[in-house]
Amino acid sequence: MDRNNSRRQLAAMKQSLFDQGHLDEQFIQLEELQDDANPNFVEEIVTLYYRDSSRLISSLEQTLERNPLDFNKLDTIMHQFKGSSSSIGAKKVKAESTLIREYCRTGNAEGCRKSFQQMKKEYVALRKRLENYFQLARQAGPMDRASRPK
Amino acid sequence: MDNGCFSSPRRDFPNGLRVLVVDDDPTWLKILEKMLKKCNYEVTTCCLARHALSLLRERKDGYDIVISDVNMPDMDGFKLLEHVGLEMDLPVIMMSVDGETSRVMKGVQHGACDYLLKPIRMKELRNIWQHVFRKRIHEVRDFENFESFESMHLMRNGSELSEEGNLFALEDMTSTKKRKDLDNKHDDKEFLDSSSSKKARVVWSVDLHQKFVKAVNQIGFDSKFLVKKYRLYLSRLQKDSEQKSSPSGMKHSDLPSKDVGNFNFPNSANKQQNDASIDRCNYSEGTLQHQNMETKSREGNPKGIVPHSTTAEKARPLTGNITDANIQPFAPLESERKRAAFDCTMSTPYSWTEIPKTQLKKEQKPVVHLEDNFNLLPFHGKKHNIQVDQSQSIASISSTPSISEKDVAACIETKPRFADYKKDYTSSVSSIRSSVDTFPFQPGSLIMMNDQPSQPISTTNFGLKTQSSNNLSCISDLESYQRNLLFGGEAASAAPLDEDLYFYWHNMNFGQPNIGMPEYYDPGLLTEVPNHLYDSADYLVIDQGLFIA
Repeated sequence: MDRNNSRRQLAAMKQSLFDQGHLDEQFIQLEELQDDANPNFVEEIVTLYYRDSSRLISSLEQTLERNPLDFNKLDTIMHQFKGSSSSIGAKKVKAESTLIREYCRTGNAEGCRKSFQQMKKEYVALRKRLENYFQLARQAGPMDRASRPK
Repeated sequence: MDNGCFSSPRRDFPNGLRVLVVDDDPTWLKILEKMLKKCNYEVTTCCLARHALSLLRERKDGYDIVISDVNMPDMDGFKLLEHVGLEMDLPVIMMSVDGETSRVMKGVQHGACDYLLKPIRMKELRNIWQHVFRKRIHEVRDFENFESFESMHLMRNGSELSEEGNLFALEDMTSTKKRKDLDNKHDDKEFLDSSSSKKARVVWSVDLHQKFVKAVNQIGFDSKFLVKKYRLYLSRLQKDSEQKSSPSGMKHSDLPSKDVGNFNFPNSANKQQNDASIDRCNYSEGTLQHQNMETKSREGNPKGIVPHSTTAEKARPLTGNITDANIQPFAPLESERKRAAFDCTMSTPYSWTEIPKTQLKKEQKPVVHLEDNFNLLPFHGKKHNIQVDQSQSIASISSTPSISEKDVAACIETKPRFADYKKDYTSSVSSIRSSVDTFPFQPGSLIMMNDQPSQPISTTNFGLKTQSSNNLSCISDLESYQRNLLFGGEAASAAPLDEDLYFYWHNMNFGQPNIGMPEYYDPGLLTEVPNHLYDSADYLVIDQGLFIA
């Protein structure tokens, strides 16, 4: 019973992540890759993402503190960050990254900084939700085949 | 193209396709690895471009395709793309989260066979095998084109070349032109086992082609194997100095080395193959050679001497291989000169094989001791059949004293091509392929015809002796370079070849004064050379210091 509840909850969590635009199709792709050989594949990938993205975020913060702002450097890091976020399907984070890159291109320091703050918020929120999700998933036991959000 | 049986390297292609993934993003690297494994591919991951390059270099032919990200910290993805394309000639797929048209265009310009946008879907990866397949098909097509070019001239020979030859040819085709150093390690044993006695010239007939294709299929696109076989073959030929292993020579025809005066001789001893192009001539494959010649000429050394660098190294001692005959050393050739010629690095001779120049350089130092060979070479008086009409100025080296019409024709055909080349060394034809390869030195006389009808033609035996030690290295070089359409290097050894070497000497003096040309023509010059060395009857005009030491 509990397990079923957990499973339902899990499904609901996932659904809402999709509905709210935090995750996109890529996440489903990851779930489809999960198999017996790699039963925790999605979580492993997301964990890798956390590690990589944290590093990039600190780097971004350092760059943004400088004056004048080094747009090239910022753009380079943003490119990496965007690529990384695309790996798990972090939709909103990715969209913010694109925006920051655009500000870099136009040399809009203010825009960069503001967007970065927004992006960071999205990132932190997503991370929290995913951590909860996987925690619940572990409790619920091995997941069934990935199910697409409705 | 008749590729009915031309399938994939593996029976269950594309399963087991060997993919190298390069990406600095660890998350993507892991995802891609998983995706590719799900496609039943064999995956190797790498997060550093430099590391990827060293992996590729150390395991040549160890991968079928490379997928790389565009933005990497240690090296630009486009740069890596270039390197891979040049050195390994593997298909490369670029990836990026950035899909801007300009970037994609840049990727294509640098030679990427595809550009994927992240996030990458698995279905996109499922089809990457097509790039591998396509490349191979094209290579074979090139080969076939080449082949048809010569097909008419090719004589039918037992073609020892058979599979090996085919393999080699394929190897040439598949091997990256730029491939620098093919593994020199080869096991002779394997090679020896596989090669049988030399046969006559290889005739690139339809069934030979089929054999070839079959061989390719069997071997798969394991070019490494091919190269190896080729090397082994070459070394074997070298060993069989007594036998005429012209086939080997043939192979070398493609060698960039601008051998001077290539003659193809049935003698395996003289594997020198001057100039790949010459080889071609030899085997009446003429066309091939001509092609080579062309390429060679392109590379042409400024000196007009056909540098036989590559071949020189590889060339096996010419002596001994000369089967009977008429081995006419180039009268005017002095070993030194020849050496000089050989020393020139042949830039990739083959137009269609992109043999990196660097390779050619390696082969330089061909040591061609013509003199040495002279002694060994029987003086073939009769041969010189300069069958090739001077006017045709096509030198075909063929063992048979009489050059068949078609051979000549073949030569002629190629002739125009040479004309196009502004090679320094006209002798491209004569380029002696010292490359060991095994060019069996034909006892026959080497007839070099040059374009100028008025020029006397002298046949000389090319007793180019190349340091055997170089053979191996040469071979590898040769392999890489030539696309040898291996016409059978083995075939060359065929008995029929033993006769004369008809050396097509394209008098390509593009922009080069006919240095010493007149000299060659001057019988007086020949006096330097021991009489027995050449048939007084015919003197080949050696263009540009081919052979002439």
